[in-house]
Amino acid sequence: MRRALLAIAGTAAGLVMLLSFKSHTAPGGGTATAGGPGPPPAGQGSSASPSPAGLNGAGSSGASGNGTVSPGTRVVTGNVANTAYGPVQVQLTLRQSKIIKVAILEQPTSTNEDIQIGNFAFPKLIRETLSVQSARIDMVSGASYTSKGYVQSLQSALDGGSA
Amino acid sequence: MPDRPRRDGPGQRRADPSRRAGPVRDDGRLRQAEHVMGTVFSFDVPADVGAEALPSVLRWLHWADATFSPYAADSDVSRLGRGEAALSECAAELAEVLGLCAEVRALSGGYFTTTPGGAFDPSGLVKGWAIERAAAMLRAAGSRNHSVNGGGDVQCAGEAGPRRPWRVGIAHPLRAGELATVVTGRDLAVATSGTAERGPHIVDPHTGRAATALASITLVGEHLTTVDAYATAAFAMGNAARDWIESLEGHEAFAITASGAVWQTEGFAAYAA
Repeated sequence: MRRALLAIAGTAAGLVMLLSFKSHTAPGGGTATAGGPGPPPAGQGSSASPSPAGLNGAGSSGASGNGTVSPGTRVVTGNVANTAYGPVQVQLTLRQSKIIKVAILEQPTSTNEDIQIGNFAFPKLIRETLSVQSARIDMVSGASYTSKGYVQSLQSALDGGSA
Repeated sequence: MPDRPRRDGPGQRRADPSRRAGPVRDDGRLRQAEHVMGTVFSFDVPADVGAEALPSVLRWLHWADATFSPYAADSDVSRLGRGEAALSECAAELAEVLGLCAEVRALSGGYFTTTPGGAFDPSGLVKGWAIERAAAMLRAAGSRNHSVNGGGDVQCAGEAGPRRPWRVGIAHPLRAGELATVVTGRDLAVATSGTAERGPHIVDPHTGRAATALASITLVGEHLTTVDAYATAAFAMGNAARDWIESLEGHEAFAITASGAVWQTEGFAAYAA
């Protein structure tokens, strides 16, 4: 049980890493996951064909797709990750670069234990993912930056340009 | 972002740090950033204490830079390294730092070293020590709640606001601009070693080659001097650092490997936001 939990992840970063999605849809290679009234953001493919917005409307195995649900919001579907316990597929809804929704499209269900673990672990990981990406933070810790690197850093944004 | 003059050399410094004040926020706290030690130090302090105490803290940091920099030919560290000065002729703080280095070196089985590139260079401990010392100076000046971030290593004292613990985001080493996780707590020290900013630069002293197993490792504890030095040693150790950190009282670790996998020590969850 414990081993399986660890294998699934344990942190928000782990969940995000299960995604391995592409940030741009290759021509013809993507599957639109949802249609919306707004125009797609500039630079994105306009291949989104209207389909019911919903988890089960997601693309088939192995597909990665971007879709628009409302102006400024994107839905990104991860590739299926084949873990030791079965396939896992995750879908994110992003507003700008913030994750505002996480959906688990596929999770291991071959045994009762798989289902129990999934029902416990995934909601926890989803909460962690959302809280990390939208978190209020006071400081940023990371690999030591130079004075030049600081200019590009999250910490610089937090400091409000006082350096 | 407007282009600003930047000071990148460790020996360069501003003439009078006290002349610039950062923005005071609505909650009565002051944010200030200062170029020193080849990086930027960021402060979050109560505005009243900060206005009073920050200038002398900044002066002390520039003094520590001039004394400990291995890049400045006339620093105590450089003169001691070249054998031109005896330890007794250097600032007393250098002996203190060397004592701490020896402790960490022994505790880490030699993964922490004062000769990372061959020449004498205690920088692996100096920055964390200087950050912790700066935070202690603010406390001595009357501040109970403040945070000092030196180039990505953070010492927090007290809390961020009434009944609000400090929250420190951990930069994702493989996804620029994203956070991997957030740690939270009171009286918290957080240090991260990694390759994201300067490439592979931490050498495994036992092989002489750059350590590459981890993309980054974050250590959490109470005192940044040890937390930061342990983070450097842990990065050189790679995945074996997990058992080592588990064996250390009061320290927890969160690591992202070069391939993007994540691990953390048992007690790290207590710091997760």
